[in-house]
Amino acid sequence: MPSGKEIRNKIKSVENTRKITKAMEMVAASKMRKAQERMRFARPYGEKIRRVAGNLSHALTDYRHPFLVKRDEVKSVGLIAVTSDKGLCGGLNSNVLRLVFGKMKAWQAEGKKFQATAIGNKGFGFLQRAGASVVSHVVGLGDTPHLERLIGPVKVQLDAYMKGEIDVLYISYTRFINTMKQEPVIDQLLPLSGEMMGSEGNRWDYIYEPDAKTVIDDLLVRYVEAMIYQALAENMASEQSARMVAMKSASDNAKNVIGELKLVYNKARQAAITKELSEIVSGAAAV
Amino acid sequence: MSIRVHVDVVSAEELIFSGETDFAVFPGEAGELGIYPRHTPLLTRIKPGTVRLKVPDSDEYELVYVSGGMLEVQPNLITMLADTAIRAHDLDEAKALEAKRRAEEALKDRSSDVGYASAEAELAQAVAQLQALKKLRARH
Repeated sequence: MPSGKEIRNKIKSVENTRKITKAMEMVAASKMRKAQERMRFARPYGEKIRRVAGNLSHALTDYRHPFLVKRDEVKSVGLIAVTSDKGLCGGLNSNVLRLVFGKMKAWQAEGKKFQATAIGNKGFGFLQRAGASVVSHVVGLGDTPHLERLIGPVKVQLDAYMKGEIDVLYISYTRFINTMKQEPVIDQLLPLSGEMMGSEGNRWDYIYEPDAKTVIDDLLVRYVEAMIYQALAENMASEQSARMVAMKSASDNAKNVIGELKLVYNKARQAAITKELSEIVSGAAAV
Repeated sequence: MSIRVHVDVVSAEELIFSGETDFAVFPGEAGELGIYPRHTPLLTRIKPGTVRLKVPDSDEYELVYVSGGMLEVQPNLITMLADTAIRAHDLDEAKALEAKRRAEEALKDRSSDVGYASAEAELAQAVAQLQALKKLRARH
């Protein structure tokens, strides 16, 4: 049986851990609320821009932007991997990175080239270790992500797409479903698919200023950026909830462990007292 | 009551304004754009500046500052997609180059923020131990 002092030290160390995890749980809970709000704030822009882009494809234009054209052969792939900057949020990052790793293996097997952009420290480290070519990255976004920081790194991928260096662009992130449930996903960003391609021609068109090409170019770049920003906002909400849940279970575990250690400690203490007493009694009897 | 048009001013980070107006002025790239309800469909870029939205049935204007963006006008709906950052082609280009440079630098230099990482790793270990203890106990 370990001595009383050893157990006391162990109890103290677990108590310290519990203090930290408890504090992190509370911080994550308050940040989670804000992150969810931000996710909701980001939604209208995406919806509006989707509607404008939808109108645009319905309207009569003879200009087809490369973002809208599906390429016949996919030789190389781009990926934007959104992860958190910090750890201690349960399986959040490992789940999404496992998904990414699987895809990377599949692309490799098909002989496709692969280049990545990392948003968030964890994914950046992972992609480097996995030997992917990381063409750009953003880390240390903090709790309030700003679109401004994303423009440059994202443009590297968009430019590569425009130049034909990549034929398809994906984004991986953790979708926020609710506080208890988050889901890692890989979505296709480019070429833009589905609703935007619809081309039953209403017989009207916009007046473009200065001209159709520049306006559409700008709009589609913003559309893609808005989707990335939305993914980032969802990822942050997921991160905070995952961290809150992970830290709560760690604090609960620590509490149980402390309880049990205290029991062991008291038993040891009582055993020692009993032993001493019986020694004294038997000593007295001998005299 | 005057004829009105619904205006939404949104940025990627938030909804800035949503409401009705009977006359709006936007700082268009080719000059100021004054827009009345039932305007013909128009899609244009907006310069950084102030958007003025007339409050219906009064002479007052609601002022919204935007740092550029896109404007979509439909006969009964105006949508302003505001940028949150100052955008210009050259500026975006510079940002992309900067991002590339940082990616290359990061390849060379991998020793960043060791103190924080090791502290985090330590805590992660403690948490994992607690988790393992719980599982062990569940089995007994």
